[in-house]
Amino acid sequence: MSKRKSKDIHLPAGECLSQVQRLLRERFCHQQLPVGPFGFESQHKHLLELLKRTAVHGESNSVLIVGPRGAGKSMLLNCVLKELMEMNEVKKNILLVQLSGLLQTDDGIALKEITRQLNLENVVGDKVFGSFAENLVFLLEALKKGDRSSSRPVLFTLDEFDLFAHHKNQTLLYNLLDISQSAQTPVAVVGLTCRLDVLELLEKRVKSRFSHRQIHLLSAVDFQGFLRGVELQLRLPPDFPDRRFAEDWNAGVEALCEDKSAEAVLRKHFNSSKDFRSLHMLLMLALSRVTVSNPAIRPADLLEASRLCTSDAKANVLHGLSILELCLVIAMKHLNDVYEGEPFNFQMVHNEFKKFLQRKSHSVHNFEKPVVVKAFEHLQELELIKPMDGASVRSQKEYQLVKLMLDHTQIMEALQKYPQCPTDVKQWATSAFG
Amino acid sequence: MSAPLHPGYADDRVRLLIEKLPCRETQLNTLLALMGEPEQYCYPSIFIYGHRATGKSYVIQTLLRELELPHAVVSCVECVSAGILFEQVLLSFFGSAYSSSNALPRKPSLSDFIRLYRQLCVQFPATQTRYIILDKAELLRDMDANLLPGFLRLQELVEDNVTVILLSEIVWDKFRPNTGCFEPLLLHFPNYSKAELQQILARDTHPSYSPELYSSYINILLGVFYSVCRDLRELRHLAALNFPKFCEPLETGEAKEKDAHKLWRNIEPQLKKAMQTVYLREVSSVQWEEQQSAEGEVAELRGLSSHDHVELPYYSKYLLIAAYLASYNPARTDRRFFLKHHGKIKKTNFLKKHEKTSNHLLGPKPFPLDRLLAIFYSVVDSRVAPTASVFAQISSLVTLQLLSQVSHDDQLDAPKYKCAVSLDFIRAIARTVGFDVVRHLYDFL
Repeated sequence: MSKRKSKDIHLPAGECLSQVQRLLRERFCHQQLPVGPFGFESQHKHLLELLKRTAVHGESNSVLIVGPRGAGKSMLLNCVLKELMEMNEVKKNILLVQLSGLLQTDDGIALKEITRQLNLENVVGDKVFGSFAENLVFLLEALKKGDRSSSRPVLFTLDEFDLFAHHKNQTLLYNLLDISQSAQTPVAVVGLTCRLDVLELLEKRVKSRFSHRQIHLLSAVDFQGFLRGVELQLRLPPDFPDRRFAEDWNAGVEALCEDKSAEAVLRKHFNSSKDFRSLHMLLMLALSRVTVSNPAIRPADLLEASRLCTSDAKANVLHGLSILELCLVIAMKHLNDVYEGEPFNFQMVHNEFKKFLQRKSHSVHNFEKPVVVKAFEHLQELELIKPMDGASVRSQKEYQLVKLMLDHTQIMEALQKYPQCPTDVKQWATSAFG
Repeated sequence: MSAPLHPGYADDRVRLLIEKLPCRETQLNTLLALMGEPEQYCYPSIFIYGHRATGKSYVIQTLLRELELPHAVVSCVECVSAGILFEQVLLSFFGSAYSSSNALPRKPSLSDFIRLYRQLCVQFPATQTRYIILDKAELLRDMDANLLPGFLRLQELVEDNVTVILLSEIVWDKFRPNTGCFEPLLLHFPNYSKAELQQILARDTHPSYSPELYSSYINILLGVFYSVCRDLRELRHLAALNFPKFCEPLETGEAKEKDAHKLWRNIEPQLKKAMQTVYLREVSSVQWEEQQSAEGEVAELRGLSSHDHVELPYYSKYLLIAAYLASYNPARTDRRFFLKHHGKIKKTNFLKKHEKTSNHLLGPKPFPLDRLLAIFYSVVDSRVAPTASVFAQISSLVTLQLLSQVSHDDQLDAPKYKCAVSLDFIRAIARTVGFDVVRHLYDFL
């Protein structure tokens, strides 16, 4: 036993940590996870079975994978595709076309992309020739010529499927689904979307050609499962070069997951969202604090990362305002309280502010009106106040109606933490009658 | 041997950076820690927000330049179309390879960009993380709807080691598209505190005076301006403009460097005046400097806003006055103001104000053309024929933007107008024709 251990490579601590960082960063940023989708075994099996039937037997299929953002839709699909491509009877047999609604914003671009990925005859090098109509006719001809027994099946994956439904007349969707319904080249259409009502977006003729097969990825893991997921994501694989370091690290990860304060942080995170993307962000922030002097993730790191993740952006912005701008925000708050959410204009705010200056203020000196206008405009640039009717040039800017985009409690909380806030301003904010 | 500050980067460079970026050490360390070693992956998108002049672009750009990491800096203001943006990114990453072999099509879509990027990436794979910095990212929202989500998940789309850094003054909540997107990592750059501002501003000293003197000058400047302005750039500009005046007593020998009180008494009114003039850009900084060297009185200078009185024809003046009265008076009081023999209106009844808030608070109300003409005939002393020129003057007042037409439904039949000038402006006009506006305004009764 001791002989085998001595054969292991012992890297210096810096080297090890660099390896750890590289490995874990690939997981969190580049989505190369050590395990497949977590808790979606039945969906995985279903999708694999379906695509195998297309690939092997030439059966045309269409399916939608629906789930919230960061639920693992692309990961599931990629996993299935990888498994599929490893099968011998499939590898040579299938053509893959990957489209994304973000990139292919209209059907013309999508058609060109399809012909390019299929390497059809009108592609020279990387350029595609022909107009939209020519391309469509050409593509349909090519797909129609085939039949179930002889031609290679084509697998279409449509990322951001809901965006394809916004194309004009939904021509692409109609044609793809039409091919999948008729006895032409076998195709499988896999759509990925985060909209649960995606079927309502489809036209009737498109909808009737869709097989209505949906795979829902709604996370059903409880907190224990979530914790196990965290542990799995942080563990080093057994083929890590320095075995002893990996064991230490894994022990540290286990200890972290059992720690009470770390658990509290993770539970808070779990309560706000179950998706793995936001978890990766948290872990990434915690991981970035791992250095040679601090060679493991401590609960304190996790706490700090969670603090960074959940800090209130608007409060941060409010803390950076000058006293004058803060006074204007308070005046607007009072106007909101008195007139119950009615929009207001600059004159009213200035009036309110002047009342405060006359009656109460000792610390804030009198500002000229143009200076106050400048402060008001800065608030508008920060989008803390929003004009009611779009920027109309015709009305004077003093009389343009605006709305405050801040909450009562947000203002009060920000005021509590505001550095060196004058007491009379604070009192003015708390007094019910401006 | 002590551990390196940030593995992957030379220690002396990091130290140099810390020196170059005062008061931003925390942010710098967070950023460096997030970036990791140059070869490692970084989070796909980072969103940095903070107020104006908190060093967002400066920190990022200096950081990437000093550490010699491959990066592309794109200001979204310059990119009137997405094509320019794509071109800038590709050019700074791939340089000559991009321009020679294959260029983007004439009106490129995000799809073309990704395709080309991938192609070039095969030839020149990233050995270090590439960074794309999008300055003023709030303008991305107004471009194509798919651009912002596309850039947020660029790492996934191009399968390259690339990170997009967005810089903005506006919080992330205002960016999120309807159907969501890949959430970036949020980083906040807080404002400099008063002490930090003092520290940074005191760095650029004047060669012929001691640093202590400059530092005390900055202290006085911050005392005047800090409650209004926390913008480092603005403060620095003001500091540079007013320093000669501050040094004046020293040059003439009236005061020594130690007479802090005397210096303060000399400069304070000047700074207060600067807030009303230079800070608002009423007076340009060149004028301000000229005037300081000419030893003139500050109030002599007339700013931009005092030039806003215009010379109008006689009837146009009365038309404008009539429009102002029509806009700011309720129609039911017209009889009382403009009719000579209006019969008996009980004074108590008339003065009972139904609305609590005055029209000068709510803004001008629209009025029909008939009412304007009626008031016009009653305020003009002589008889005026309703000739074409009177009507032409009304429409030319609209083109001068002194009046504005409210409803666009009909040009000829009963158009409605609003008066778009301020009270001070109308009083100046009324003074030239000898008319008392305030006596005819309901709000001031």
